[in-house]
Amino acid sequence: MFGHAPEIPVFPRPLALGLRLGPAEPLGLPLTLIARRLIARHPSLISRLGEHAAARFAIDPTDLPLCLLLHPHPTRTRITVHRTAPEADARIAGPLAALLGLVHGVYDGDALFFSRDLVIEGDTAAALALRNAIDDAELDLGAEIAALAGPFRPALDPLIALAQRTTGVALTRADDARIPGEGLA
Amino acid sequence: MMELVCPAGTPAALRAAVEAGAHAVYCGFADETNARNFPGLNFSRPELAEGVAFAHRHGAKVLVAINTFPQAGRQALWHRAVADAEAAGADAVILADLGLVAHTAEQHPGLRRHLSVQAAAANPDIINFYAEAFGVKRVVLPRVLTVAEITAINREIDAETEVFVFGGLCVMAEGRCSLSSYATGRSPNMNGVCSPPSHVVYAEEGDTLAARLGGFTIQKSARGAPAPYPTLCKGCFVSEGTTGYVFEDPASLDASDLIPALARAGVTALKIEGRQRSRAYVKEVVRSFRAAVEAVAAGRPVPAGQLARLSEGQAATTGAYAKTWR
Repeated sequence: MFGHAPEIPVFPRPLALGLRLGPAEPLGLPLTLIARRLIARHPSLISRLGEHAAARFAIDPTDLPLCLLLHPHPTRTRITVHRTAPEADARIAGPLAALLGLVHGVYDGDALFFSRDLVIEGDTAAALALRNAIDDAELDLGAEIAALAGPFRPALDPLIALAQRTTGVALTRADDARIPGEGLA
Repeated sequence: MMELVCPAGTPAALRAAVEAGAHAVYCGFADETNARNFPGLNFSRPELAEGVAFAHRHGAKVLVAINTFPQAGRQALWHRAVADAEAAGADAVILADLGLVAHTAEQHPGLRRHLSVQAAAANPDIINFYAEAFGVKRVVLPRVLTVAEITAINREIDAETEVFVFGGLCVMAEGRCSLSSYATGRSPNMNGVCSPPSHVVYAEEGDTLAARLGGFTIQKSARGAPAPYPTLCKGCFVSEGTTGYVFEDPASLDASDLIPALARAGVTALKIEGRQRSRAYVKEVVRSFRAAVEAVAAGRPVPAGQLARLSEGQAATTGAYAKTWR
């Protein structure tokens, strides 16, 4: 494991060890549902993959004792969760916070690669296509999960915000841009 | 104020650039007509039209890079790109190929023409030729000139100049380099992709990360050491018993401190490289440089930047602008 850039939090080791206690596979179902919902709302996630739309991607949070296998599809995307990195066309690995930060537009993928916080193996072109497709989609996983909570959303939003503040992990989209001059007196 | 020309590899990056203060955004179509033809990047025709509308609503311009060299017998792809850029409302096209510049001047006379860095126009004679023969209004200067040379060129030409101030560097004569073509069979200048990712393989070998391009091992980065892009020009090789960067160190250009000098040199626009980068990069770099050009326009010093960690090799250079060549 390479040293991380100081601003990237690493998942607390005791919690990571705790994740070893339960089975990983059941996590696949809710992750699959979230992924299908995201793709339905952002079809460019598939179209930007181009010739790599049928590739299998191993998403490997290196500070967690599990690895996701993503099979993208316009309507039948599937995510399975594994204890060890499964066979895949491309593997994208890094701390969970780095991977979430990439999704939410907090970190730059090339910069994480330069600093060795992000590792790509296998089909480099497929991995690059996925990264660029996700970056363009401007996803907000926190908002998606909160939306799934239905009537409990008002209670969940502040909890997600609190978790983001206390852990330093980007759980929602970085959305602090403004047009220069706008909003100024 | 100097014009800030910013990269957009995706519609999201275009919006990020505009919202961060870009005066102009440059982008390209998702095919071989532009020099950043990477997987998952670039614009469809509808996306370009939407991007142009968004930029114009916020007072920014969109420049469409059609800056590869048309392949014999396939010119229609490049001709269609120029026509579609005009139809989408682009403010200018950025061209490299002499024939495509001539075609655009003849068939799309109302479409503003910029000369790409890929054309490698580095002296007053060639720049004046493009301006006089084809009405080229702006030339993106190759990254091989000193500030003094840019000053001298600007005194002798009748066109605007645009120079790179941040991002990845090509160390070869741009538009002429064949290193990547040699290793992969795919040309940056004709297929639009240097070190195509389809030919790049990374492998962790013990304590090192090996990068291979077309089967050639071109870099081995030690544990914890910064990794560069997998380009041959930044490759680390053994030559005459010495291991090192034979062509150029893997460092990115950062000429922010030279903005006042470039303004005095008569430069019209400052360009940020990085259409292959994320919207996070675009937002951060554009904000930083917008603050810098505003400061220079107001006669204030350039604010200290914090962009080194976004740079290749996590190191910055002022490139040829103030370079002593080996």
